[in-house]
Amino acid sequence: MAGEALLVSTREGLWCPAGGFHIDPWRPVARAVLTHAHADHARPGSATYLTAAPGVAVAALRVGAAAVSGLSYGERVTLGDVQVSFHPSGHLLGSAQVRIEHRGQVWVVSGDYKTGPDPTCAPLEPVRCHVFISESTFALPIYRWAPPAELFAEIDAWWRANQARERTSVLFAYALGKAQRILAGVDAGIGPLLVHGAVARFLPAYRAAGCALPEVVGSEAAASVRGRGLVLAPPSAAGSPWLRRFGTISTAFASGWMQVRGNRRRRNLDRGFALSDHADWNGLIEVIRATGAARVLLTHGQAPTLERWLREQGFDAELLHVGFDDDGDGEALIEAELEAADGAGAQSATAAGRVVHPSPAPA
Amino acid sequence: MQRFTRLFLDLDASTRTVDKVASLVGYFTDAPPADAAWALRFLSGRRPARAVSGRLLLRWAAAAAGLADWLVEECYHRVGDLAETVALLLPAPAAPRPLALAEVVRERLLPLAGLDESQRRALVERTWGELDARARLVYHKLLTGEFRLGVAKNLVARALAQVAGVPSAVIAHRLLGEWTPDAEGYLNIIATSAGHAADPARPYPFSLAHPLPGAPEELGPRADWQAEWKWDGIRAQLIRRSGTAALWSRGEDLVTAQFPELIVAAAALPDGCVLDGEILAWQGERPRPFADLQRRLGRVHVPANLQAEVPLLFMAYDLLEWQGVDQRARPLDARRETLAALLATQDPTRLRLSPTLDVTTWDELAIQRQQARDLGVEGLMLKRHGSPYRVGRVVGDWWKWKIDPMHVDAVMVYAQYGHGQRAGLYTDYTFALWDGPALVPIAKAYSGLSKDEIAEVDRFVRAHTLEKFGPVRQVQPKLVFELAFEGVQVSPRHKSGLALRFPRMARWRRDKPPAEADTLAGLQTLLASLQRAGHQAGTA
Ligand SMILES: [Zn+2]
Ligand SMILES: [Zn+2]
Repeated sequence: MAGEALLVSTREGLWCPAGGFHIDPWRPVARAVLTHAHADHARPGSATYLTAAPGVAVAALRVGAAAVSGLSYGERVTLGDVQVSFHPSGHLLGSAQVRIEHRGQVWVVSGDYKTGPDPTCAPLEPVRCHVFISESTFALPIYRWAPPAELFAEIDAWWRANQARERTSVLFAYALGKAQRILAGVDAGIGPLLVHGAVARFLPAYRAAGCALPEVVGSEAAASVRGRGLVLAPPSAAGSPWLRRFGTISTAFASGWMQVRGNRRRRNLDRGFALSDHADWNGLIEVIRATGAARVLLTHGQAPTLERWLREQGFDAELLHVGFDDDGDGEALIEAELEAADGAGAQSATAAGRVVHPSPAPA
Repeated sequence: MQRFTRLFLDLDASTRTVDKVASLVGYFTDAPPADAAWALRFLSGRRPARAVSGRLLLRWAAAAAGLADWLVEECYHRVGDLAETVALLLPAPAAPRPLALAEVVRERLLPLAGLDESQRRALVERTWGELDARARLVYHKLLTGEFRLGVAKNLVARALAQVAGVPSAVIAHRLLGEWTPDAEGYLNIIATSAGHAADPARPYPFSLAHPLPGAPEELGPRADWQAEWKWDGIRAQLIRRSGTAALWSRGEDLVTAQFPELIVAAAALPDGCVLDGEILAWQGERPRPFADLQRRLGRVHVPANLQAEVPLLFMAYDLLEWQGVDQRARPLDARRETLAALLATQDPTRLRLSPTLDVTTWDELAIQRQQARDLGVEGLMLKRHGSPYRVGRVVGDWWKWKIDPMHVDAVMVYAQYGHGQRAGLYTDYTFALWDGPALVPIAKAYSGLSKDEIAEVDRFVRAHTLEKFGPVRQVQPKLVFELAFEGVQVSPRHKSGLALRFPRMARWRRDKPPAEADTLAGLQTLLASLQRAGHQAGTA
């Protein structure tokens, strides 16, 4: 393909020289364009932020309200020399793919995306482009998700079985996106729902966006859910004293990583539900094909595998390094860690899935 | 197969004993006896032999799913479990139908042994077409001989006892013998009367000891405890019944054929007696190193020269049956008295009573324990006077007070993904010692770190990889760990020329820079001093 690169990888993150902005920057920059409000994509400190309109409220909770402005899905804006628009990625409320057009060349940055149904956000719309920058968190054929309806039926059954034994069901889920999706998906008729503070802080934004979520209580009402309720908490709450208020509990984690039994077992959880907000193997391939892009740049997770597979299929595929060396479950771990550091989630050091930084050894 | 798969997943998922027992009770209450028989067989740890290698299964699955071999290989590295990888990769079944466990075992598993490779593949593919993804996982575990469940045998016995209304010790005993995995065999196990013919080779469940957690003084007065050496051999029961003799090892395998001279010696024992003890390689008044005993293991026929080179002794320390009567409820001292009288009339080069150490204070006993390494034993066993012979690993009456392991500080140089529970994490490490300016690998270890430490080392590995060789990463030599081990021996197979026995990580030495790790020369010196001690003890 002809033309210079519309996006280049820099210390700060993905940089668009012709447009004068960064996408999901890792360090403070003058103008940040955000794909979504997860902590590994939306970092505070930049001067201004632009994101898809339905995501403004949640992004503001991450990076500070004043600086965030929104643009409706599909609407175009000119930044520098390029035209920018947002298109639903189906990952969580307000998540977007960023389309950049410059002199007839179209690049799309996927951010995180999934193809399955999710009542809490707009469904993914594939966008035709010349160059597609795709995530690849779950790019292995072992990751093929069961239909969400089946997974929710399993979660409901687990909750009912716990109730029969007078145990509180504690389901760990990422505080933004996954937790709200679970609230919308479980059968709220089974019993009362309680959410951790890290989950609660995003609920008003979801409700304001028109998302139908059941009534929930906060941890001050722990006594009312003990032995019968479903508690939603970030993974960082695992093993923390916060859980003591629920009496005898059964624990589970809702994450694509739960597809592999060893991941659940080493976290010492009772159950794992492979409910993911990322595309599975078939979803990644389906979306990449639908973009019509001949050139595909890959970030996150299992990028080298997908790169090789795409090359074998005749794509011009390449790895794109953005900021950090992320191998395998890096994203999930980082998301969990950031949620823990987010304040409300900060509880104990023995949290499941947390990244522990090596302390510098004395010289 | 659905019911058994649910049991497998429930047991795998539950972390509480009560839940495991409840799942087992639920299964055995509902399952048809023909299915229950096989389930019980597998739960008792008697896995079917491998019918298809996991590798071959993975290749067939790659073809069935239309995936390249390299991609399937990457999946395996991520999952760390062949049976599970194959289950995750296969397309949905073409003609799903419920198959009974006994049907799967009898028609899909056992016949494989008599088939050639293409026939095996056809049968496996036919089964894939019928089983759902979850049942396939269990089926693959059975196919590849890797079926394992995290459930202690005494829990299985406890659950069956509840279902059958029979004491669990009776069930445990019945389970140890030979029984046929069919409806009748199962019904015999759970029968309320013990009228069926007992298997003459059936052993008793072994009583096992926990490591002593604190100082021995905490056990109370020295006089309450019997002390013996902890022998470093193979734990076994010598069973003499119905005019024949048999040896069962701690792994609950019949090992009669491997130790013919002990079987010959057992012929002099009266009928209806069962001894608990240790098989040792023995010379004069002293055990030979475990490595010598190892040469005798796993053989179908033992050549005469090997029998002469590695003489064997059965060191008995308990009597479980006498004159055909179960002795386990009698007090330790009474059992030992009968045992001593019995062994006094036996050939002392083959059958011996494990001596007690009769010093009167814990301090004196601690001094004796310090000689353990020189004497070629692992330390001391402490057993409470007056205690019965219990089933399984019971806290309180038996303790093992082992000698402190040896230590070396080594540098981590390679890391590899763990398997099973540790899949997707770098948990298996290779450690090296300095040999001049070079680091020479000396041992592999994967146990001893906490969950948090494993996560931290995993991050380190990913961030400090020098090179990847398939699943193995060479890492920058920065982390130092203290390895504990039980012995060191010469090993021409290893580049370092030495091999450690039972190495594990005792501690992460964050305080030590790699340059201060130990040297190969230091380990060679340790080996030399051990050999000297062994030689002196042997000739003294
Ligand atoms: Zn995300
Ligand atoms: Zn992400």
